[in-house]
Amino acid sequence: MELLSPAGNIPALKAAIENGADAVYVGLRNQTNARHFAGLNLDAIKLREAADYVHQHKRKIHLAINTFAHPDSWRQWAESVDEAAHSGVDALILADISLLEYTARRYPEMEIHLSVQASATNPAAINFYAQEFNVQRVVLPRVLSIAQVKNIANTTQVPLEVFAFGSLCIMAEGRCYLSSYLTGQSPNTFGACSPAEFVRWENTGDHLESRLNNLLIDRFSPGETAGYPTLCKGRFVADETQPAFHVLEEPTSLNSMELLPELMSLGICSLKIEGRQRSAAYVGQVTRVWRQAIDACKKNAQQFSVESQWKKTLSSLSEGQQTTLGAYEREWR
Amino acid sequence: MSVSGDNSTSSMKFSLGPIHYFWDKNRVETFYRQAADSNVDIVYLGETVCAKRRELRLDDYLGVAHQLREAGKEVVLSSMTLLESPADLREVQRYCDNGEFVVEANDMGVVGLLSERGLPFIAGNSLNCYNPQTLRYLMRMGMQRWVMPVELPKRWIHDLLTASEITDVRDCFSTELLAFGYLPLAWSARCFTARSEGKVKDSCELCCKHYPAGRLVKTQEGDEMFTLNGLQTQSGFRYNLINDIQDLMGMVDVLRLSPQLDDTFIWLQNFQNQLKQPVAFPLSKPDCNGFWHDQAGKDLLIASQT
Repeated sequence: MELLSPAGNIPALKAAIENGADAVYVGLRNQTNARHFAGLNLDAIKLREAADYVHQHKRKIHLAINTFAHPDSWRQWAESVDEAAHSGVDALILADISLLEYTARRYPEMEIHLSVQASATNPAAINFYAQEFNVQRVVLPRVLSIAQVKNIANTTQVPLEVFAFGSLCIMAEGRCYLSSYLTGQSPNTFGACSPAEFVRWENTGDHLESRLNNLLIDRFSPGETAGYPTLCKGRFVADETQPAFHVLEEPTSLNSMELLPELMSLGICSLKIEGRQRSAAYVGQVTRVWRQAIDACKKNAQQFSVESQWKKTLSSLSEGQQTTLGAYEREWR
Repeated sequence: MSVSGDNSTSSMKFSLGPIHYFWDKNRVETFYRQAADSNVDIVYLGETVCAKRRELRLDDYLGVAHQLREAGKEVVLSSMTLLESPADLREVQRYCDNGEFVVEANDMGVVGLLSERGLPFIAGNSLNCYNPQTLRYLMRMGMQRWVMPVELPKRWIHDLLTASEITDVRDCFSTELLAFGYLPLAWSARCFTARSEGKVKDSCELCCKHYPAGRLVKTQEGDEMFTLNGLQTQSGFRYNLINDIQDLMGMVDVLRLSPQLDDTFIWLQNFQNQLKQPVAFPLSKPDCNGFWHDQAGKDLLIASQT
């Protein structure tokens, strides 16, 4: 089982490798990937540097091209695929059918992973992508319960990658237009959710307020931890007689570590750590803990338990200092 | 496979999308009796949001479908959007195997199921088709009509439909756009209506039945944010392109109205009247039309007509 760590820049990539990642995933510095943030990601030269470094260490590098190509600039996405092929990346993470088709035809040797943004939540969708575009791995959306993951693992031959840790998307990825509804920019079209340029912080004296495109996402009392105003993690009002609450989800991170033995027994091929937007220090720490956990589980899955030190480290690195099993656990739903 | 496009007809058609809310059987049947008597051209039937909603099963929908067909309507069966469990897949296969009516695929897995049966299909608005290459691919798989993703602006749709990659097949499919109703914006494993009542999905008691128009969520300052509809999250404002019909002509062949608790057929009439005698509707909250105008979806452009 592979440990796959995020890298938004070369220092994060090195931190991932040094701390035991089997593979890293990166994006290009343009709108072709779902972490299109200022100052993040690699240009073509850095991508080659990254691929060389990773290969010197005998690990793998995956490149995410997982937004949907615009009709007036489709070439930019195709050229990103070309660039990846020439940079020697080991796999491409794709979501757009036009790019899946282009890659499968143009670069038949290229290993294709189906991005979570393609939203393949069931065996019919997975088999469809595998047959049509020779997809060799599918990244499962974070909307499935562990029983559903099991069912998929047992009914398809396609290797599966799941999210292990990091920010929790609570909507079926690739089918969420909430961000473009509120700001005009969405993960599918622009590569960002709740983009930073629409965020505004205001200190009213009594409260700290976070806004997204002028709409109040949350209001924090002094001393409360104020998180980034991701639109689905704000406090809103559903019932006028009740106080505002986290109507969709609390600020929390996904942590599936306690499911490690089960994920391993299901033959899940890769555990993905979310967070290309995170610092090198974050990537290094999270990778190190997961490396230890995976090694411990491999040694003795029956005896595996989450060490309190790992839990502590991961919680301290989590949104709102709390973690959840998310949709893996039925009760979350 | 032969696909027959209907964009050769000059006049705009109107459709009723699937009912997104959980209505009791009586309300659903009443609604479709009105639909049969209305001037709507196409009706989409089926549960697209939550598999736990079973007021009507496929056989019930087929019964409604036959009545609508007898009333001269084109009927399409809409597939579930978020397919997760083996039971979800079995049910959607029954939709695909209905033997009479075309299916709207709302998941790529359904495209696969339909194409392997050699059946034509409608590509629903939750399929990620953002460029002409993808559209062409879907056509090859059997797509007859493309329902555009809700977030696409006019500029994008124009670029897509006039792209050289599809010039030779542009006559072989028609296009449809959701033009009225609360926008389906997201799907989750979690039921937000249940959560808003302090319940979890497994013991939801089908509480979405108490919100036949969804449950509105506001910011702490009272601004409309979202409408909760089970595991679907809808817009807080109602999408309304009634003042944009002239603009849509030539690009969109079918305008979709999403069934609302009240006044759906009055709005259908309003839309149809715009074809004969366009007037500027005075829109205000809770209407929005931002997506079409390349803005945040929630925005409302007033007097957008040129």
